[in-house]
Amino acid sequence: MIGQVPDTKGRYGDFGGRFVPETLMNALIELEESYLKYAADEEFNAELNDLLKQYSGRETSLYYAKRLTEHYGGAKIYLKREDLNHTGAHKINNALGQGLLAVRMGKKKVIAETGAGQHGVATATVAALFGLECKVFMGEEDMQRQQLNVFRMRLLGAEVIPVVSGTKTLKDAGNEALRYWVSNVSDTFYILGSAVGPHPYPLMVRNFQRVIGDETRRQILETEGRLPDTIVAAVGGGSNAIGMFYPFMKDEDVKFVGVEAAGKGIDTPLHAATMTLGTKGVFQGSMSYLLQDEYGQVQPAHSISAGLDYPGVGPEHSYLKDTGRAKYVPITDDEALDALKLLCRTEGIIPALESAHALAQAGKIAPEMSSDQLLVVCLSGRGDKDVESIMAYENQGGEA
Amino acid sequence: MNTTLHSIEETFNRISQEGGTALIPFLTVGDPDKETTLEIIQQLEQAGADILELGVPYSDPLADGPVIQRASARALEQLVTVRTCLDVAKQSRENGVQMPFVLFTYYNPVLQMGLDQFFEQAKESGIGGLIIPDVPHEESSELLERADAAGIALLPLVAPTSSERIERILNNGRGFVYCVSSLGVTGERASFHEGVDAFIQDVKSRTSLPVAVGFGISSREQVERFSEFCDGVVVGSAIVRTIESLIPDLMNANRREDALLQIRKFVAELKV
Repeated sequence: MIGQVPDTKGRYGDFGGRFVPETLMNALIELEESYLKYAADEEFNAELNDLLKQYSGRETSLYYAKRLTEHYGGAKIYLKREDLNHTGAHKINNALGQGLLAVRMGKKKVIAETGAGQHGVATATVAALFGLECKVFMGEEDMQRQQLNVFRMRLLGAEVIPVVSGTKTLKDAGNEALRYWVSNVSDTFYILGSAVGPHPYPLMVRNFQRVIGDETRRQILETEGRLPDTIVAAVGGGSNAIGMFYPFMKDEDVKFVGVEAAGKGIDTPLHAATMTLGTKGVFQGSMSYLLQDEYGQVQPAHSISAGLDYPGVGPEHSYLKDTGRAKYVPITDDEALDALKLLCRTEGIIPALESAHALAQAGKIAPEMSSDQLLVVCLSGRGDKDVESIMAYENQGGEA
Repeated sequence: MNTTLHSIEETFNRISQEGGTALIPFLTVGDPDKETTLEIIQQLEQAGADILELGVPYSDPLADGPVIQRASARALEQLVTVRTCLDVAKQSRENGVQMPFVLFTYYNPVLQMGLDQFFEQAKESGIGGLIIPDVPHEESSELLERADAAGIALLPLVAPTSSERIERILNNGRGFVYCVSSLGVTGERASFHEGVDAFIQDVKSRTSLPVAVGFGISSREQVERFSEFCDGVVVGSAIVRTIESLIPDLMNANRREDALLQIRKFVAELKV
């Protein structure tokens, strides 16, 4: 049975907490207090909802994918179209929320970490909208993989700072953003992009993303008159998934499936299957499942999708796994690509590689469900950003 | 009173009677390799180091600047683990090194070793103090209990941003207080947080424990500056960078002795 999480220490059962250098502790406490104050503030929420509607174009549709449903010949498949948001993914929901909070807290500078660049673009966008100075930390390797997003962020007026430490990917971008924050904590707001990190970030990000699940719940009740049987969402850090799952938490008949990246396969060293193969550990501010060796050194992750290429996962997901409320399964690069192409050809929608992992899992379970059952897939983002990576992958015969 | 904990206390008592300031160097264990670390430790004691911080390498050292990040990466290539570091402490004792050892480690390597095993072996290896930079006071109760049981001092860290938290942190303080000189990660810097002197004086006025300052102190001039009102001064990145610059010499049999002497000389010049 799921209790009310997190507790006042930011704990989700054994997971979560606040494992950061002392220098950041007061900033996190101040952030928590401000967040809780504004989360209950009508004016703040009205302004945020207005931005979500007028600026980002919410609500996003819950689209019945008829031809995809017919292809699998099982459950009715609905797609929650987060890809239709401004900037092309669910990341904007959280960036608008935290950006507005930064403004209310009187901060003039924001920083962010980014992997694929989606959260970086969302943060750069929001910084432009609110007139804030913006720095985005991005692994040097990711900058090469996602040159278009780097250019996009610069166009929006953000400074993109290459991260050359460690694996030069998302995890190191996160470390570098935290290091920068430690040095500039008095005037800088850290807009963290996923439901990870020290308390209150996992809570705050979940609550800014729950609009996905809140809308889905209302929409499916309107169209079908009942709740879905199963909800599937991709999990890197896990922000779109937790935002989608959370409003259904107490609907115990609604099954949750989180889909993580198996990369080249969970029997190879090249994967990001944190839930399937990880163990409990402390990483980037919280206790959660983690890809690590027996000595507690964090292991590099691998996925064709830069957004899932992360060795950690949000603490609430670890809690949902241990309590059995949600199930987490791995999908390989190849399976995700097949699912991506199938959606292009059946529905005329190019999904993000991250979302394609959820679609691939939907393809596994839909045929085993009956035609009167409902399956919702969170289509967290659009695939325009990935077209170049996919071309490279195809040209190298599947060796991305 | 446990002997290891006593020895941190004794060290500060002796230095205070002499009217001096404890020099507390830091190095990353296994940089460039375990054997060299063992030899450097002997040189540091001869150079006048009073307490030694042994840094455990970690894949994601988020409180550290680039110099210690690089040292960590080099040590990890040598497959250095928490056990290796404890082993180095133990062997150094066998080599006759007498200064107290403080282990500086991120939490996850300790957690994966298992708290029971960690504290048992740390005690056996003669570790007197422990700094875990990513475990703040609020998350520290179990660690503090186990450290107390093992007779190891879990050192409190306070930062210029700690403000009203200082009182609570100091109430649970053991060994000596580690004051973070400025906002930011470890690494040499020309200037310190505005108001750092007032901050340290404030900490001193609230505790009977010795107070040491660290983060960014790299020259004799800076050591002297802080010696006027601190009981101890930690020098980390400057020493690690000196070691880094001498790696080709340390790895060359003909030049190794000379390189070790250069490290010793660098540290001896910091001693006030």
